[in-house]
Amino acid sequence: MIFGGGVIKGMLVTFKNFVLSYFSKEHLTTVQYPEERLPAKERYRNFPFLIFDNKPEDLRCVSCDICAKECPPKCITIVRDSDASGKPLKRPKVFDIDFSICMNCGICEEVCPFDAIFMDHEFELAEYGRFEDLNYHKEDLLKSAEHFAKIRPQDAARIDAKRAEKAQKVEPAKPQSQT
Amino acid sequence: MGLLRFPPPVTADPPFCLADARNDRQVAMEYELKESQTLETQTLEVSLGPQHPSTHGVFRMDVVLDGETIMKLKPVMGYLHRNHEKLAENMSWLGSMPFTDRLDYICSMTNNFAYALAVEKLANLEVPERAQYIRVIMAELTRLVNHTLLIGFLLNDLGAFFTPVLYAFREREKILDLFEAIAGSRMMCNYFRFGGVKLDVTSDFIPRVRQIINNYPKFLDEFEKLLSENEILMARCQNVGILPKELAVSAGVTGPMLRASGVPYDIRKIDGYSIYNRFKFRVPIGEKGDVYDRYYMRVLEMRESIKILDQAIKEIPDGEFISKVGAQGARTPRGFKAPKGDAYGRIEAPKGELGFYLVSDGTPKPYRYHVRSPSFINLTILEDMCLGQKVADAIVILGSIDIVLGEVDR
Repeated sequence: MIFGGGVIKGMLVTFKNFVLSYFSKEHLTTVQYPEERLPAKERYRNFPFLIFDNKPEDLRCVSCDICAKECPPKCITIVRDSDASGKPLKRPKVFDIDFSICMNCGICEEVCPFDAIFMDHEFELAEYGRFEDLNYHKEDLLKSAEHFAKIRPQDAARIDAKRAEKAQKVEPAKPQSQT
Repeated sequence: MGLLRFPPPVTADPPFCLADARNDRQVAMEYELKESQTLETQTLEVSLGPQHPSTHGVFRMDVVLDGETIMKLKPVMGYLHRNHEKLAENMSWLGSMPFTDRLDYICSMTNNFAYALAVEKLANLEVPERAQYIRVIMAELTRLVNHTLLIGFLLNDLGAFFTPVLYAFREREKILDLFEAIAGSRMMCNYFRFGGVKLDVTSDFIPRVRQIINNYPKFLDEFEKLLSENEILMARCQNVGILPKELAVSAGVTGPMLRASGVPYDIRKIDGYSIYNRFKFRVPIGEKGDVYDRYYMRVLEMRESIKILDQAIKEIPDGEFISKVGAQGARTPRGFKAPKGDAYGRIEAPKGELGFYLVSDGTPKPYRYHVRSPSFINLTILEDMCLGQKVADAIVILGSIDIVLGEVDR
């Protein structure tokens, strides 16, 4: 082959791709991001959120602290709530997740025995401040069960079935204890 | 080394005027011309990096140059040190799994694989058949990602700025989309668990892998047409950065680097870890051990990886994707205790031998956790390959080693 033939062959490849990018979807693989978006994948995980069932007071979280202890970068802070007499309650008073530390590993979701924390699909979370702006508090993290069912329908169905089964197991025990 | 010698100073103290100065310069020039046969030049010390596009991250090369020839080269690492090993000693066994993703952030799946293999060896965990196959498929897809990207960035170092990289990105994105659909994240997969994988693959997994297998050879042909016979690439890569066989072996170099030097050493063949001894594939070896061999080695390895993938998706059985013990361990990481002892799990990562040496004292945390990272050990040979070469070649040689600084500095 003549000297420079390899270069010309390579140029033909680029030229072919350049021309085809006007006609074929396969060759134009980019997406014009803010206007166009790729469909979100169900298993995609970003930052965690706290799930509530009907109203925001009905948190599933019982403040057991397991996620905070298992979190590899230790970005979760939980303080348990207590009533007026100082008796600890099964709900968090403080539930903070520092998104500047969180590394989206999803371990909190996996270890939670109460299915109270899940990974969200939200990713446009830019803030001006590095510290307090990214430290999400309980109110910021709360999201409804409907939101969860919307972003992750298969997981939601599986978890709802599991919870319904659990609830059924608890209910028959009640009449027995009354008799 | 010596200083540039100037003419001896004029002893008398002459009045300074422009004409005199001009005259002085004339004298100096004549002197230089006369002495040019024996004139010694100064060597030049250049600090390439830590912020330099050729270094693939934060890495510095202190180079001593004579003209353009490299006289000395000292790699300076540690800019990305994140205390990975000590961090791992302070958290549960599973807790460092997401951190292993961040070692070699291009191939998180193989990092997970090596770590899971080491812990399974330590705790004597069984891995279900289906999980083994999923693991192998993921590892080989990761190899495709890594090698494609490496070739792209190698060409970047050669000056073909971002044309080949975008071809590589286009194909890589298809695999990363698959990773996202299966594991939840494109790059930081965190997919492997001790005794299996985190989630079962979705129903469209096999067709999608099939599609990748069908399309990849076409892409490789196109990529090769674009690059392999390119005269500029050949001129810049052939006979550059030759690594002799003996030196490669004695320096502990592994992976495509070693095979390019002509040593048929592949841990997939030698150890047959996981289920690799069931697959038929060849181990390509190079002749000279120059940059071009290292480039071509990657292309050949990708073709072999496709063969493995093809066999794996034909044979993948149904069944459990994680063992009972493994699932329990994934739900309660701090309840997972490895028995006392130590284990070394190693795999053929895309960059070389990736090993995890773990010591357990029976508590939920590792007592000692050591990573044998291929990039770091392959990088130690950099100076020997660069000596006597031109400074522009040092950039290419560094690119051909295939380093990821997350793994070098850990």
